[in-house]
Amino acid sequence: MSTPAATIDQTSDPKAPIQSLNFGQGLWSAVSSFAKTSPMGAISALFLLLLALVTLFADQIAPYHPFEADFGALRQAPSAQHWLGTDNLGRDVLSRLIHGGRISLAVAVVSTLLSKIVGLAWGVLTGYVGSTFDLVSQRIVDILLAFPGIILAMLLLSALGGGFTTVVVAITLLSIAGTVRVIRSVVLSVKSMAYVESAQAIGATSLRVMVQHITPQCIAPILVLTSASLGGAIFAEAALSFLGLGIPQPTPSWGNMLGGILANQFRPQWWLVIFPGLTITLTILAFNLVGDALRDHLDPRLKGRIN
Amino acid sequence: MTQYLIRRFLLALLTIFGVTIVIFVAMRVLPGDPLAMIYGEGQGIYVLSEEEVAAARASLGLDKPLYQQYLSWMVDVAKGDLGHSFWVDTPISDTILRRGPITAQIALISITLAWLIGIPAGIISAMWRETWLDYILRFFVTLFMAIPSFWLGLAMVLFTVLFLNWRPSITITQFWDDPRENFLMVIGPSVAMGTGIGAMIARMTRTTVLETLREDYVRTARAKGLKEWSLLMRHVLKNALLPVITLSGLSFAALLGGAVAVEKAFGFPGLGSALAQGAVERDWMMVQNLTLLFAVIFVFINLFIDILYAWVDPRIRYS
Repeated sequence: MSTPAATIDQTSDPKAPIQSLNFGQGLWSAVSSFAKTSPMGAISALFLLLLALVTLFADQIAPYHPFEADFGALRQAPSAQHWLGTDNLGRDVLSRLIHGGRISLAVAVVSTLLSKIVGLAWGVLTGYVGSTFDLVSQRIVDILLAFPGIILAMLLLSALGGGFTTVVVAITLLSIAGTVRVIRSVVLSVKSMAYVESAQAIGATSLRVMVQHITPQCIAPILVLTSASLGGAIFAEAALSFLGLGIPQPTPSWGNMLGGILANQFRPQWWLVIFPGLTITLTILAFNLVGDALRDHLDPRLKGRIN
Repeated sequence: MTQYLIRRFLLALLTIFGVTIVIFVAMRVLPGDPLAMIYGEGQGIYVLSEEEVAAARASLGLDKPLYQQYLSWMVDVAKGDLGHSFWVDTPISDTILRRGPITAQIALISITLAWLIGIPAGIISAMWRETWLDYILRFFVTLFMAIPSFWLGLAMVLFTVLFLNWRPSITITQFWDDPRENFLMVIGPSVAMGTGIGAMIARMTRTTVLETLREDYVRTARAKGLKEWSLLMRHVLKNALLPVITLSGLSFAALLGGAVAVEKAFGFPGLGSALAQGAVERDWMMVQNLTLLFAVIFVFINLFIDILYAWVDPRIRYS
């Protein structure tokens, strides 16, 4: 991945200006230009914003308390009282989805923030400093990436037990290594550019070069990675909680609402499977679409690199 | 090339060494002792006295210094002794031999499905870009990349139970015993995983075919009057499908990692669900050795893909 930027950029016009993150031009015009170039991305972002608001005000919006068991209404199909039906303890599925969304989204946001901040710092450092530090870092990244999928998180959660904090830590660990890899490759392609060399020539310290000249080039890839990671974290939380390793009952999460339904029941209730799954799918879809739109909008050169 | 091979192989061994350290630290050094589930304060199944706990720890070798515990684990693994399950007294190697074949089967079938769907879909999408055909294909690709494979599995089981009155078998039927029964058992998980990976491959194929179509030599070939079809077959595909090989590494990650939740969704008695159950029950030997097995398989698949790639494309060897 150490190809210089010039050769990666074969497909797009080299003279075409790359959209930068210029917040100085006004947030509103930045947003409206994003919405114009990629309406799907804008719609998805709006959907996610709405979702965030609904889960944030879960206590006001959810029609029932998420723990409130109604033994007179076990496993009821969707109706006027319970729009999305009730589960095996008579708890309202819609209310649990709204409250569960708070947990699932919080896990995704916190773990993604952590993994992007650590990954950015580590990637810039290892790409810029190089030598032994880079060699060791690369091996650590290799080791973290040697565990396929969610297996590393399963290992940790098996030892530490489920819960918000441990799930966040486990999911953070899943996506740090990939971030370091991408950022390192960006740094390597930027490091030898003339403006960096001239900064070094006039005596800028390494720290200054990294913070002032290298890091800004990593912001666009980090934003694109963030969106993809958020979707990935939603999936990871869902899978881990589904397996019984993530967020423990009775606290609802999108993943643990799916756990044990088919195994325990002779005739499973379709609404207990369909609604949480649709919510997870739509949320991941929205994060993916925002990520694609951001990538096309911010830096078309990233197309081949972050997929 | 020999030098490249040796270097890659040594790096893979180094990675596996690191993997064993990570597993060991997670299972033995972090709090959450394998015995915690039995004697854990208030939540344990049995209440044990201090002496009994100490005796139990000693019988498992948990009272020895950490480096000795690590060494004895490594020596056992090297000798092919993968230990016993903590809860049922079956050797883990038996579990692997019994459950491994069916998990390998779903891995193989789903990756084949993924390539069979993904590559043609990607090529069609690129050749008829920006037409309704492309839009429809891209819609499905985007959708299937977002659907969690384990939920697709749950939905499939739900459908067969409610409408076909049929539930996937939970006992193992090997291919050599009853091919038909075996097929019915593996096809569900294979489809649930294959579709998502196929979508990933389709997306990648579309991008690389489009990039190759813009190359100068393709333009030259077209200027010479070559038909689109022979252009695609003779000039484009060879170069466009190269990066897709690298992606197969990623798809194996999705496969091995995804198998755990997908198997659980189907109640499929494979290695993935054994690992999931072991992790929930803190069956430490099971988790340690199955995780190691998954990681070793994954590292060697990636090694194989790297070598394949370097063999096909000499530029890689010298970078």
